[in-house]
Amino acid sequence: MDKKHEKIVQALQEKFSATYEDFRDEVHVFIKAEQIVEALTLLHDKYEFELLSALTATDYYPQQTPRFHVVYQLSSLAKNITLQLRVPVNGDQPKVPTATRVYDTANWREREVFDMFGIQFEGHPDPRRILSPEGMEGHPLRKDFPLGYEEPQFTFNYDDIDLKKIYAKE
Amino acid sequence: MGVEQKLGDMGIVTTKLEELVNWSRTNAMWPMLFGLACCAIEMMAAQASHYDMSRFGMELMRASPRQSDLMIVAGRVSRKMAPVVRRLYDQMPEPKWAIAMGDCASCGGVFNNYAILQGVDEIIPVDVYVAGCPPRPEALIHGVVTLYEKVKGEKFKDLAVVK
Amino acid sequence: MAQIEEVNYEQYKHLVSERAFTGETMLLNMGPQHPSTHGVLRMLLELDGETVVNAIPDIGYLHTGIEKNMEAKTYLKAEVMTDRLDYMNTTGNNLAYCMAVEKLVGLDVPPRAQAIRVILTELQRIASHLVFLGAFGLDLAAMSVFLYCFREREMILDILELCSGQRMMTTYIRPGGVWRDVPEEFEPAVRNFIKIFPKRVDEYEALLTKNPILLDRLVGIGILDAQTALSHGVTGPTLRASGVDWDLRKARPYMGYEQYDFNVPVRNRDSRKGDTFDRYIVHIEEFRESLKIVEQALNKLPKGPVQSENRKFVPPPRAEIGVSMEALIHHFKLWTEGFPAPKASIYSAVESPRGELGVYLEGDGGPKPHRVHMRTPSFDNLSVINKITQGHLVADLVAILASIDIVLGDIDR
Repeated sequence: MDKKHEKIVQALQEKFSATYEDFRDEVHVFIKAEQIVEALTLLHDKYEFELLSALTATDYYPQQTPRFHVVYQLSSLAKNITLQLRVPVNGDQPKVPTATRVYDTANWREREVFDMFGIQFEGHPDPRRILSPEGMEGHPLRKDFPLGYEEPQFTFNYDDIDLKKIYAKE
Repeated sequence: MGVEQKLGDMGIVTTKLEELVNWSRTNAMWPMLFGLACCAIEMMAAQASHYDMSRFGMELMRASPRQSDLMIVAGRVSRKMAPVVRRLYDQMPEPKWAIAMGDCASCGGVFNNYAILQGVDEIIPVDVYVAGCPPRPEALIHGVVTLYEKVKGEKFKDLAVVK
Repeated sequence: MAQIEEVNYEQYKHLVSERAFTGETMLLNMGPQHPSTHGVLRMLLELDGETVVNAIPDIGYLHTGIEKNMEAKTYLKAEVMTDRLDYMNTTGNNLAYCMAVEKLVGLDVPPRAQAIRVILTELQRIASHLVFLGAFGLDLAAMSVFLYCFREREMILDILELCSGQRMMTTYIRPGGVWRDVPEEFEPAVRNFIKIFPKRVDEYEALLTKNPILLDRLVGIGILDAQTALSHGVTGPTLRASGVDWDLRKARPYMGYEQYDFNVPVRNRDSRKGDTFDRYIVHIEEFRESLKIVEQALNKLPKGPVQSENRKFVPPPRAEIGVSMEALIHHFKLWTEGFPAPKASIYSAVESPRGELGVYLEGDGGPKPHRVHMRTPSFDNLSVINKITQGHLVADLVAILASIDIVLGDIDR
């Protein structure tokens, strides 16, 4: 972790009692869900992190506390550094406050995380699904959602698979 | 359509009439612009100057389904898009044909998961399948010529049933 | 057999203004199948006569579930799916994924492979901008530009086919280097392209840049200022046309970009506001800069191996398998089970023709990735469309959508 990161990580540690880890010249800082909006506001206003590059989540299925990690990847153009914030979230009724007031990118990105993982963002102006069809149940990128693949057609299931392709007669 | 059905069995008049009708259908078949994903770029390349599809009768691509004869489904069809494809196919007037271009439209291609239809023949009847990921423009032209062979072999009495 | 669904207008209440519900403005659907939306994009337009009051995009018609599908395959086999994300920039997608895998497991790349990767990525950037220009001209009814651009694109696709056998989805760039060495006809073909291309760019400019109809249609349309752009996460030529000098090839160089001498075209550095015409000019300038990089990389092409020698991750060449026992074991293990990755996560980004293409990769100690997320640039680039189209005509909406250069495979993944 180089000097430019040290100051920022120290400030985050003091204010939010955050832990961090570093791996191959990247710094990941763990922040709690209630403090995330304050942390993002601090980084945006004081330390000039203008660009929210990515907002995504990961599912660690069999363990329920925490089950999800919501990942925020920030970049600063002026200082040319990147920083990653991770928010651990529990499995039942996962909720995180929204970051749309700080970065406008978060509007669509949080809709995508809700669509794929089912994590609710409190205070979001437009909480609808964005990529899946309307009326779809379930959240595809969770580990307990099946991939839904079609099995290869052998002689024992030849008719089952043909039933689905009703127009392929010619 | 009605007159030909009644003329179905008149010997040499019917065969000559069939030849004329099929010849005119193949020489000016206009496809509908329906490029969904990567195969659409190869379809555009087939329409451009290097591999020219205009020499086969496809002078322009009509965006409106009401004015086109052929639907080239180029690209992967997702579950959200499937009702739209069906509705567009229904809006095309008879006679109409469909080509499934590429692996994703023929059988689901590389993507074997919850979000992609495993072949567009789950929702519309397909006449010619063109394989490739994406198929070369020459392969697409070969598919179009195969469709022309099929159309030239169509007889009036087969068309008497409404599809 | 198709059912006509009743459209429920209540769901749009928070997005459109109240005038829509009194009948003062009209809600129109610019549907998924449309000649001017670049792919399957549905826009819900609220129109007051011909002026746009709100333009709300509705995406997801090409959602392919690539991220979930990649979790079910090994690291090497999942690369096949990355080609199909942003299908205009296929070698760039491969490069982004391979760089992420190499960073995660700690794999080196020999210099000859780095130079070949740079040449192919820059040629792919030129090919992508050629399609941008063709579609841009087509949307503004300049059809001859479309035919000229595809003529040049055929030359680049011939070069890609020479190296890898496939015109578009090459998967030529693999973790640890490239698949195999370039054949002898590669260098004359690229030199021929470098010789004839600058005159062609001048031809396009002569057709378009000083054309009074084009200037009327593009200048002053779709103004995007730098503050809004950064807040929405816009990157790439769209951001550089608004005055922000940010290019990942210069800011965080990768694959040896620091040794090549090139400029990054930026417009409106002082006013920090860019319109459609600026975005078009930035793309034209990028043609010339990319060609400079290709020429320098080709002149400097070092000799040596094209793949890393680390046999724990890179399969050995077939000639070795009959001779050495370890080579046979490595070949067997790598192609059946795959290589393991540490239990950690990284984020690595490259500069694609549309902006910042980032890959968030998380391993779990096994041969399959635990989570792959592709941060695609067109997703954020599209989200500003509502803000910059308000008050313009519907014909201007078409021009603005063409100038932002979106690819729907990128957005819907």
